[in-house]
Amino acid sequence: MRVLAAMSGGVDSAVAAARMVAAGHDVTGVHLALSKNPQSFRTGSRGCCSREDSHDARRAADVLGIPFYVWDLSDRFRDDVVEDFVAEYAAGRTPNPCLRCNEKIKFSAVLERGRALGFDLVATGHYARLTETTTNGECEVRLHRAVDPAKDQSYVLGVLTQEQLRYSAFPLGDTPKDEVRAEAARLGLAVATKPDSHDICFIPDGDTAGFLARQLGERPGDIVDEAGAVVGHHAGAHRFTVGQRRGLQLGTPAADGQPRYVLGITPVSNTVTVGPKAALAVDRIRAIRPRWTAAELPAGTARGLVQVRAHGEPLPATWTLTADTLEVELDTPAVGIAPGQAVVCYRGTEVVASATIDSTGSAAADADVA
Amino acid sequence: MSSATARVYLDHAATSPLRPQARAALTEYAGLVGNASSLHTSGRRARQVLEEARESLAADLGAAPAEVIFTSGGTEADNLAVQGSWLARRPGRNRVLASAIEHPAVAETVGALRTAGADAREIPVDAAGLLDLTALNDLLTEPTAVVSVMAVNNETGTAQDLAEVTRRAQAAGAWMHADAVQALGHLPIDFAASGLDLLSVSAHKVGGPIGIGALLARKDRSPRPIGHGGGQERDLRSGTLAPALAAAFAAAVRAATTAREADRAAQTRWRSRIAAAVTEIPGGRVNGAPGSPAIVNVSFADCRADDVLLLLDRAGIDVSTGSACTAGVHQPSPVLAAMGRTDEQARQSLRISMGWTTTDADITALLAALPESVARAQLAYS
Repeated sequence: MRVLAAMSGGVDSAVAAARMVAAGHDVTGVHLALSKNPQSFRTGSRGCCSREDSHDARRAADVLGIPFYVWDLSDRFRDDVVEDFVAEYAAGRTPNPCLRCNEKIKFSAVLERGRALGFDLVATGHYARLTETTTNGECEVRLHRAVDPAKDQSYVLGVLTQEQLRYSAFPLGDTPKDEVRAEAARLGLAVATKPDSHDICFIPDGDTAGFLARQLGERPGDIVDEAGAVVGHHAGAHRFTVGQRRGLQLGTPAADGQPRYVLGITPVSNTVTVGPKAALAVDRIRAIRPRWTAAELPAGTARGLVQVRAHGEPLPATWTLTADTLEVELDTPAVGIAPGQAVVCYRGTEVVASATIDSTGSAAADADVA
Repeated sequence: MSSATARVYLDHAATSPLRPQARAALTEYAGLVGNASSLHTSGRRARQVLEEARESLAADLGAAPAEVIFTSGGTEADNLAVQGSWLARRPGRNRVLASAIEHPAVAETVGALRTAGADAREIPVDAAGLLDLTALNDLLTEPTAVVSVMAVNNETGTAQDLAEVTRRAQAAGAWMHADAVQALGHLPIDFAASGLDLLSVSAHKVGGPIGIGALLARKDRSPRPIGHGGGQERDLRSGTLAPALAAAFAAAVRAATTAREADRAAQTRWRSRIAAAVTEIPGGRVNGAPGSPAIVNVSFADCRADDVLLLLDRAGIDVSTGSACTAGVHQPSPVLAAMGRTDEQARQSLRISMGWTTTDADITALLAALPESVARAQLAYS
């Protein structure tokens, strides 16, 4: 098959491309330039759009003996990922830009362009597994967690639909990371020892608050307690995420002397609500814009595991899915569930659906009100 | 793998394959012992190879041997010409003029001079890429140090009326420089007859080795050196000279000069074939006024030139999107922008450039693959 291998310049995507070559496919490497003015070189932590990364991807393609091109997706990336990221924070939510990039760039803009140019598959270095099953006589692709739980990226791929998964390949899903590095070294790929990227690629210094402050400016507002009393002030609600404790700098101590956490952000009044850790625990999640991996919407109520943040623990839950909403009831209340993040539903290791968290609540609190 | 098999190479304007005559000279003198500046027998032998190359080049370019200044290539020759002329300017002559479609070797040098305090201006071009001579007259009303206009554009092949530009520039008291890198081997060059003060050429665009070029500088024109050292090459360009590269350069230019009219006739036919085929393709057009038939710039509506390049590459055909890269990212062509095209249009242009290895079969292969490649790239456009 003709395979388009997305090559970031890191070890994972290089080995993914190598495996597609080894499997006998006709592979072409493509590096996605996501910034108009790529920085020359970076030290320490790295992003995904420096000249050094582009060079590393090119050298890996040379070693593999495959054609290599750079595609400029900086306009799409700015519109669909960076601006969305800023707008979500401005609206009091906590977005996941990697997920958005997969949804809008890698498995949308790149996949569609690749398919039109005659490629059968897009291969990436994501850690996830694809299997095939037959449903009603139709062959369907299923998305599963990677075997290496520390590297599993199925959470940020849960937004992919059957149509997208059908033309995707994740050659690393069955391999632990250390084996991927060893394989890169055996193949003579210079990126074998290149550090993993951890940061948001368009914020290479890791200072998300500083980045948002430059984009959004100062937007001072009040910090209030659960009763609505003002207990402090903030320079911008985008500096906070539900569950956050640090950086509140509250002037008025809590009555019980216990630490306080961000419970919620209200964009309309630009207030940040704080309260005790116990008040963070929620067991109801309402999520919007659902995506499902199967061809048919698996509508209705089901039990399984849900994950509410990247690298979060799977939580037992019951969910009800429609074409427009995903309602989740957790078996046990959990903390730090932030609007804007994805809630991903799993049946065992298989991804069933993903949706964007819109609001949270607690059965106990509802009972109190009632 | 496709890249290892024979390719249809249509990117001679980027670099042209080494000619056998150049390879023979390079091989013959690669082991030559001696620094051409040394006084002993070995040094004299090296000097002899170098001077014979200089005389051969001078003869082919209508220049005196003393007017040939060897450089590392076209870029250095352009830098020396433009920056050196400005540094050597007479008091009060603070203006520097270059066309809006210069190669980066000139355009970026002019930009650096602007930062250094020069009154640097661009001479605009029309939609066909031809210099606006009325604008030139207006720009020359200020005392000008140097005017730099390329003989043949590297993206479109368009040739300028250099004789007229030279006449006007010199009448205004300015030195006149032409980047003739893409003219060499394709259009006749007669330095003496041209009246130019300075002219840049490069070896590898005509089948010479990469790493050598020359600035032709009239004997009574001494731009100030931009690199400092042993004072070789009339004190204009320091650095140990490379006799083997110079000999191979001269051999390539001799071969190109000998074959020039026959090559030009063939390339003119091929250019017509390409132009006819391109206009048959929906949204296809040829960009720029003619000049050197070796370069054909074409564009196709509703597609990315990048994608056409990828598809032709897959079909074994090497062409270019014809402009600068940042981290491998194809930037919209500033040349087409200067010709009034939008960013989008400037990303839709492809450069096909022919040279001494080009055959009928190459053009047939290109024209067989082009319509489907464009159709597919148009499908991939959103």
